[in-house]
Amino acid sequence: MAPALDWTAIVVFATLFLFVAGLGFFAARWRKGDLTQLAEWGLGGRRFGTVVTWFLLGGDLYTAYTFIAVPTLMFGSGAIGFFAVPYTIFVYPILFAVFPRLWSVSRAKGYVTAADFVQGRFGNRPLALAIAITGIVATMPYIALQLVGMGVVIGALGIQGELPLIIAFVILAAYTYSSGLRAPAMIAVVKDVLIYITVIAALIVIPHELGGYARIFASVPRAKLLLGPASPHNLGQQSAYATQALGSALALFLYPHAITGLLSSTNRHVIKRNAVVLPAYSIALGLIALLGYMAIASGVKSMPAYAAGFKTFGPNFAVPALFLHSFPSWFVGVAFASIAIGALVPAAIMSIACANLFTRNIYREYIRKDCASAHESQVAKITSLVVKFGAVVFILALPKTYAINLQLLGGIWIIQTLPAVLIGLYTRALNPWALLIGWASGIAAGTGMAISLGFKGAIYPLHILGWTVPCYAALSALALNVIVSVAMSFAFNAIAPEAREDETTAADYA
Amino acid sequence: MAGNTKGPGKRFRLVRLLLIVPFIAVLWTPFYNSSEPSLAGVPFFYWYQMLWILLGAVLLYPVYRAELRDGE
Repeated sequence: MAPALDWTAIVVFATLFLFVAGLGFFAARWRKGDLTQLAEWGLGGRRFGTVVTWFLLGGDLYTAYTFIAVPTLMFGSGAIGFFAVPYTIFVYPILFAVFPRLWSVSRAKGYVTAADFVQGRFGNRPLALAIAITGIVATMPYIALQLVGMGVVIGALGIQGELPLIIAFVILAAYTYSSGLRAPAMIAVVKDVLIYITVIAALIVIPHELGGYARIFASVPRAKLLLGPASPHNLGQQSAYATQALGSALALFLYPHAITGLLSSTNRHVIKRNAVVLPAYSIALGLIALLGYMAIASGVKSMPAYAAGFKTFGPNFAVPALFLHSFPSWFVGVAFASIAIGALVPAAIMSIACANLFTRNIYREYIRKDCASAHESQVAKITSLVVKFGAVVFILALPKTYAINLQLLGGIWIIQTLPAVLIGLYTRALNPWALLIGWASGIAAGTGMAISLGFKGAIYPLHILGWTVPCYAALSALALNVIVSVAMSFAFNAIAPEAREDETTAADYA
Repeated sequence: MAGNTKGPGKRFRLVRLLLIVPFIAVLWTPFYNSSEPSLAGVPFFYWYQMLWILLGAVLLYPVYRAELRDGE
């Protein structure tokens, strides 16, 4: 742990944090709705316009963990860590082209989750259940990782022990319970203002202190500055980089928290407009990634003042150390608060998304079928508490590597819902049982690849026609999933054409 | 896309091809995996991709306008 408590930074940090907590409780009164309805509590009444959705999705997708993990990867591994940038480049055309359809059909039929849609479209309960469980299981470790991000900055303030983290999460749980999605939507605005202030300050102050960008890049080991070249018969980092960017982009909006953010918008044009303006965050993310190189150039790694921090948090401490080294105490407080609050927003949305899935697609479907809407909303609120409590226990009781490994698996798993959800938005041609078998094969193959890699990464080398092609496991598992889904659909339709149940019509998607 | 009339439908599809451009520009890594030409000390690899964040957004805009015109 860092040796001394930095009181100035702590006071600034705590003040901002408490302000945001107050805002979270106040949010229940904002655009007041009947919070005993699930679409009110869990989707903010589907009333968010372009600006609120921009903040909400920005806060949702660019999380505290991203802000710690991306520069950490650059700090440790160099150019390959920059895949976060092409990833965000690919996300927005996909968002623009595909997801307004999901919004429209969800509005027309009252869907709250992706599994609701799959149930309505395919009329197949096991498939809908598989989609719901995948969403919940993939999101839980993501919530836990937000705690890791928050833990690093609290530790960097010199505060020891787990108590502050627990208090932060109790506050978070309380206002999420009372305000629902309105709370993170409101807090996201503050978070973004703080993040942008921090990024702009970092870009002005730090390169100046380090003698300019040329010197920063010159301090990065040459072998890490670019992707390793392809050798004969091995594409090396080249294919790893491209497939990881593409696979992550395809997975992003399948995550329940992303879908929750999308469905809360007031019309489909809000989504399209946001696809045009959300890349502003990608610029910030690209610049934040470069903080990893600034940390290399500053030499914080070898400074005795930060030795204890690096010992406790590993390379995750690179950015906090850089801030401590470069900024005055009061601004360290602002910067760290932006990261910690950056954890609160996605953690709240993720727990709400999990709660929506559990309530709609498991509780109401399998446990209490005659569930009234006020009861449904109550179950969701309690589920959101359980989910967050689970995340805290998970992080405190188990080694942090568990959460990181599971999050890695989560990305591989969630992308397996693509055929049912995204292809399902365009065609009902695939057989639901075939989709279920495809989903299972994708999950099995992807998990197998991750295990055989010892969870050290998700880049699995494929051997194609004498070439070694390192490929993001999520993407190769998805390819298998799609092939199986299509092939099995032909097989099923040949043997026993199903009685097609589809409660949606073409007009619902427009 | 469903139920579009032929006339505006055609134009709208053509404009939509712009959505593919960022994938072509960024998926093929050998295209930009080099230090030169550097820009103000930033290697090509980094500024090229940062530039595509902007270009990606710029390309979306005409598609958005076209769909609004079509009364989408």
